[in-house]
Amino acid sequence: MSDDAANLKKTPLNGVEHDLGGKMVDFGGWELPVQFAGILEEHASVRERVGLFDVSHMGELTVNGPDALTLLQRATCNDVSKLENGRAQYNGLLYPTAGFVDDILIYQNSPDDFFIVVNASNTDKDYEWIADAAKGMDVDVRNVSADYAQLALQGPEAERLLQPRTDVSRGAMKYDHFGTGHVDCVTVIVSRTGTRGDGRDEIHRQTAAGPPIQRSLTAASATTGGLGARDTLRLEAKMALYGNDIDGTTTPIEADLGWIVKVDKGDFFGRDVLQREKSEGPRRKLVGFEMVDRGIGRHGYPVVDGSEEIGVVTSGTHSPTLKKALGLAYLPLDKSAPGSEFMVLIRGKETRARVVPTPFYKRAK
Amino acid sequence: MTPEDNRYAKSHEYVHPEAEGDLVVIGITDYAQKELGDVVFVELPQVGAELELGDEFGSIESVKAVSELFSPVSGEVVEVNDALNLKPELVNTDPYGDGWMMKMRLSVPEEVEEMMTAEEYEEYVEKESAH
Repeated sequence: MSDDAANLKKTPLNGVEHDLGGKMVDFGGWELPVQFAGILEEHASVRERVGLFDVSHMGELTVNGPDALTLLQRATCNDVSKLENGRAQYNGLLYPTAGFVDDILIYQNSPDDFFIVVNASNTDKDYEWIADAAKGMDVDVRNVSADYAQLALQGPEAERLLQPRTDVSRGAMKYDHFGTGHVDCVTVIVSRTGTRGDGRDEIHRQTAAGPPIQRSLTAASATTGGLGARDTLRLEAKMALYGNDIDGTTTPIEADLGWIVKVDKGDFFGRDVLQREKSEGPRRKLVGFEMVDRGIGRHGYPVVDGSEEIGVVTSGTHSPTLKKALGLAYLPLDKSAPGSEFMVLIRGKETRARVVPTPFYKRAK
Repeated sequence: MTPEDNRYAKSHEYVHPEAEGDLVVIGITDYAQKELGDVVFVELPQVGAELELGDEFGSIESVKAVSELFSPVSGEVVEVNDALNLKPELVNTDPYGDGWMMKMRLSVPEEVEEMMTAEEYEEYVEKESAH
């Protein structure tokens, strides 16, 4: 592993994470911490107080020029024209088949200036896809991932912790808003995006000066978390994870993300398929489930009906907050209603699970 | 840190000899529990099960992953630690004590002699974690 470790990409916080005793793993070519104190403890800190995550591996693209909006409207399924300056939008970058190239966040600086946050392992693919779609248009697409570090501050005390350290206005910290300014005198973009089920998930971005902010926030009581807790947190909120729950073969309608599909906005990649799925219903649907029998249904485990494989588990874990085994699975549409029971094949053993409403966890207001 | 009176398997189980004859206590090592992270459930065999060395005797789920458990010796399962049903985290907090998994009556006592001593196991773990 040491040979490979030398080749892994490292975030600006890598040294800090080693010093803090992070258990480091290879995550899609990046050396990142899977945990520090332990997944349960880090998870509880975010639910009860506040946790800090290094998400600098995520990619950043910029789209600038007179045709920027036209390009993004064509490449994505949500209505980018509904964005205002200083607002962010969750969106799907789609193939003509309506499968996901990626799920992304688009930030509008102005109608001809957009900043896009993408999944780490998809950065190059997304850049090439968008640049290709931009051919013949008056627009400049750039991959600026190397210029940005990214931190996610998450939990009920996130705002209280961040507010005194930044000159970014309170208004910029409303859900789906962002603003530029400083945190501890470092130039940043601060935004509130991410886990709706959590209420709060502030992400700041900055040029390669993550460590001072990280030190300042952890000194002020934010618990440092790793990929493990990030996964249990996003799963409780039913946030789809690219590579697990969505990919090039799944559409936003199948993934139960119909709210980001605006078929009336004009033509875009995959529109025909999505229009049909909206009117006739998709072939399968991503549902939340909890285990009825003992066991945890995990990514890739088949869902069976007798000898027939009828679906697949895409994510599964023990929920630290709800203290039970839950997960996400694709099921045939007629078996996807809450209350329906189905069998997950766990290491060869049929194990009962039940469809439940999602998100699994929602923060009390 | 690694109890001297136990023997250890490459698959990170320990065998602790009970005072009385051919009875042993089996669990996973401190290194193994740290690698797994927070344990949320342990599946153990039925009392009376006959196991051969290397047989899968159960599984252990942590928040992060599932792992199979392999019997480091041959024999009959005479008791399992039911406390782990309610408190699986005992495997994390006290792997060599309250976090034990099962008691076995050895059918081939010599197998224990073939296992690593505490010192050998520590060397083995050092190599494994350094890769």
